[in-house]
Amino acid sequence: MQIGYYPGCSQTGTAKEYDKSLRLVMNKLSAGILELNDWSCCGATSAHVTSHRLSLALSGRNLALAEKQGFKEMLAPCAACYNRLLISQHELNNSPKVKADIEEIVDCKIKGDTEIINIIQLFQKIGKEKISENIKNDLSILKAACYYGCLLVRPHDITHFDDAEEPVSMEELVKTVGAETVNWNFKTECCGAAHSVARKEIVVNLSKKIIEDARTHGANVIIVACPMCHTNLDMRQRAMKREYKDHSEMPVLYLPELIGLAMGFDNKQLGIDLHTVKFKFPELVKKSEEITV
Amino acid sequence: MKIGVFICHCGENIGRTVDCARVAKAAAFFTNVVYSVDNKYMCSDPGQNIIKQAVKDYKLDGVVVGSCSPHMHEKTFRKAVSDAGVNPFLCEIANLREHVSWVHEDKEVATGKAIDLVRFAVEKVKRNSPLTTIKVPVTKRTLVIGGGISGIQAALDVANAGYEVVLVEKEPSIGGHMSQLSETFPTLDCSQCILTPRMVEVYQHPKIKLMTYAEVESVEGFIGNFKVTIKQKARYVDADKCSGCGTCMQKCPIKKKAFSEFDEKLAFRSAIYVPFPQAVPNIPVIDTSVCTYFKNGKCSMCQKVCDREAIFFDQKDELITEDVGAIIVATGYKLYTIDKKPEESEIKGYGEYGYGKYKDVIDGLQFERIASASGPTSGEFKRPSDGKEPKKIVFIQCVGSRDESKGFSYCSKICCMYTAKHAMLYKHKVHDGEAYVFYMDIRAGGKMYEEFVRRAIEEDGVKYIRGRVSRIYEQNGKYIVKGEDTLAGVPVEIDADMVVLATAMVAQPEASKLAQTIGIPYDKYGYFVEVHPKLRPVESSSGGIFLAGACHSPRDIPECVSMASAAAAKAMVLFGSDMLEREPTVAKVNELLCAGCFYCRKVCAYNAIEIKDIRDRSGNLIKQVAYVNDGLCQGCGTCNATCPSKSVELIGYTDEQIFAEISALY
Amino acid sequence: MDNNNFEPKIIAFVCNWCTYTGADLAGTSRLKYQPNIRMIKLPCTGRIDPVFIIKAFEKGADGVLVSGCHPGDCHYNAGNFHARRRWIMFHKLLDYLGIDDNRLHFSWVSASEGKKFVDVVDGFVNKVKAKGPFIRYAEINKEFVING
Repeated sequence: MQIGYYPGCSQTGTAKEYDKSLRLVMNKLSAGILELNDWSCCGATSAHVTSHRLSLALSGRNLALAEKQGFKEMLAPCAACYNRLLISQHELNNSPKVKADIEEIVDCKIKGDTEIINIIQLFQKIGKEKISENIKNDLSILKAACYYGCLLVRPHDITHFDDAEEPVSMEELVKTVGAETVNWNFKTECCGAAHSVARKEIVVNLSKKIIEDARTHGANVIIVACPMCHTNLDMRQRAMKREYKDHSEMPVLYLPELIGLAMGFDNKQLGIDLHTVKFKFPELVKKSEEITV
Repeated sequence: MKIGVFICHCGENIGRTVDCARVAKAAAFFTNVVYSVDNKYMCSDPGQNIIKQAVKDYKLDGVVVGSCSPHMHEKTFRKAVSDAGVNPFLCEIANLREHVSWVHEDKEVATGKAIDLVRFAVEKVKRNSPLTTIKVPVTKRTLVIGGGISGIQAALDVANAGYEVVLVEKEPSIGGHMSQLSETFPTLDCSQCILTPRMVEVYQHPKIKLMTYAEVESVEGFIGNFKVTIKQKARYVDADKCSGCGTCMQKCPIKKKAFSEFDEKLAFRSAIYVPFPQAVPNIPVIDTSVCTYFKNGKCSMCQKVCDREAIFFDQKDELITEDVGAIIVATGYKLYTIDKKPEESEIKGYGEYGYGKYKDVIDGLQFERIASASGPTSGEFKRPSDGKEPKKIVFIQCVGSRDESKGFSYCSKICCMYTAKHAMLYKHKVHDGEAYVFYMDIRAGGKMYEEFVRRAIEEDGVKYIRGRVSRIYEQNGKYIVKGEDTLAGVPVEIDADMVVLATAMVAQPEASKLAQTIGIPYDKYGYFVEVHPKLRPVESSSGGIFLAGACHSPRDIPECVSMASAAAAKAMVLFGSDMLEREPTVAKVNELLCAGCFYCRKVCAYNAIEIKDIRDRSGNLIKQVAYVNDGLCQGCGTCNATCPSKSVELIGYTDEQIFAEISALY
Repeated sequence: MDNNNFEPKIIAFVCNWCTYTGADLAGTSRLKYQPNIRMIKLPCTGRIDPVFIIKAFEKGADGVLVSGCHPGDCHYNAGNFHARRRWIMFHKLLDYLGIDDNRLHFSWVSASEGKKFVDVVDGFVNKVKAKGPFIRYAEINKEFVING
């Protein structure tokens, strides 16, 4: 199957390891994802608050490219890109006037029928069986808290994916690869999002609460499906350590990194060594268990 | 035919936009019009006298009035015409107000349209025939559907006036939700204490036939003459033999399988049970879904211990028909639930409050059961999860109501009051407890209602926070309630021991099905619809069927009782005479033309068309024709439009009349 | 064709319980709509014979509107269902009868939908205005010199 791959800006920057682990796992599963040729910004960050029309045009261009290049489905691994592309597609499909305007700007007809999917939906399409066949390592020592963040499941009327208040799709995948999941309260709680840049202390405060709730419920690792979530929960632990002297580290993994570990790849191959909080399977896991106890 | 035309100015309402004098002048030139005049207030006494005088002076035998909508004054003018000695059905109304002067601005255009409308009323009335109202007999019995406080009140009112009542209730006992309440606002009366005497009165009343554990299967007929089929569900207990001793319930081995509906699932009941000790009638039923005998043929403990031999496992459901003249619908309400709803449902649940998985996040009726002295905790405040006494309770108003995204947009009316009541009841028993109420607005518009809420705040120290709650989650045995205090402009977080949600009153889930069975309209929420929200709030548009209580819209007990009495009064209006008068605009068959194809019979919604044999003098059958029972015919005209030979005609709306109207317009 | 001054003549067959009352509500709410419409009140849309519609066109109507209760809400239980079925069959004949689809409109307006009534009327009047006058039947009439 040829699924279009829309990396988004962070896949070559702050989320390099997300891209790396994703491609590695896809290769192993012989699942074809093909990068969208000449893709450009989706408008998820400043565009949509600066100029609505600009954000529609930016997304519209990528939707048009996807159609031209023949992709029926397109993966956007970053939840913000996923959300922005879906919202734009929805708006274009619901207003012929707006669609006509954007088609003129991007100089291309847009049908608006490409299925935009997120990383969880990608693995759901590949199927539990195929994934299970490729598992080599026993991950049962991992107690994962699945963190969905804000954009994967909201607004439900547009994503039509899982449940906006109590999602369970990531847990199912994590269980498939052999890790255990915990039932916790902050699956969709705000991490501080883009305040990470200008108001870091907000992120430190909110993300710390998320990590502690995961820990209280027995987690020794947090799984994410979005570069923003990862940055705030992983990278900002450095600032958390400065703010909270007794902060004990909690490793944060991207979903494909977890699946890659199950398949037998190591930290370096998957890019996990690029994380702020070091994760060494299984030694580090044992170590953090000691700390929690 | 000599027709008189009377154009009303309706003060300024018509006169300001329509040149009434000109309309009257133009009408004078229509064929058959011998008198035409305009007047400021045609419906007034002097106005009506003009009509009556003109009828006499000009020997009129047809009248056209250009005025407000026929829905307003057709009856008025028809009566005036009748008083003057002309058949009231030879009077037609041209709607010059709602359909002309109030909706158009250009005087020239409006006047032209008014002249057109008057002309076609003249053409119609030329072809009208004098009709007499049809008289049908009335069955002076009433069916009351629903045995809550509304149904009980209505039944008692009608029965005390001397008319028979059949009261049908689907649960094993009457009493409804009011019997579940602990105390009622604003007096804090014990709910059951004021209700049970009424329940007993109903049970003992010689004029009331009480059918509990029964449901209405079908309703046929029409006002004054309904035939209702009721399914009496099998109790598996002989009501005549049972003494209500309760031994069967005590000895029933099923103790923990069935949740008590009466106690809102906070307690268990046995397989053979009465819903609550004060049930009326105090006769148990067997829940066959959990009873061991019905599931695998073993166990007949109840039968063994019953010393009256009242238990019969082979009892069957029974269908019973009742003839009644009026029906009062009092089927009540349910509460909105926050559990997850199916994907396609327009109503969602509240995932942010836990989708119902937290045992100590409860709704109003559950709180009532906890607070009730006869409830599962004997009136002591104990958490459902661990039985500990909650020291901090958070009450949240407007759950599912005033919420277009997850629930209903309407206001559930009673929640502000019962939340204040709940907080007060809690504080009265747990003096060191803290009660918080998250509200959007306080609606306390009844007698002594505002004072009641102030009492909760000022005397009982209930803390009111204006804002909504965004999230409830469990942490270390407590419930973290995250909300907002909009007046102070700060977020609020409370670690509560228990949370009580004031969930919206909603229509019963089977309401729409019941409405279609009975034949009454219902709205998008499932509430039954009245004829006119201001002036006719207890009548449905189906003649003879009245509405009472929360099945119409959210309301509190005094409003339910008032509405029930009003519905009872309306029903009794029907019984005031032995014969009911019905509009004579019914269908009639021309037996010479009818070929007996009976297509009309197929389309008649009231089964009003019968087959009639036409025989010669020796009794030999010549042909069969259709025959309209004018007692049953409601006058819709579907048969007329269906008939291939037009041998059945709707009097008052014949093809000839309608063609004449069409031709007259231009 | 210059339609700037053309004011279409619209005949509306409406049911008493829903649409007529809805039109009354439009009146009490003082909503304004175009005056081209002349309503004929019937107890139920079930009474409507397709012949009425043809007659209306024959007598000079440029457009015909039929409006009744929403499905399921008919005061007489099912009259509007029969009307709907008749309409589906009649619709197929319009071409044969030489009546343009755009000149005939079927709608459901309930007693509480005053605004909807206004929208239906205005929308339909504008549609017929754009089409121009209906002259087909008038021309046939002229040929055969029939008195209307």
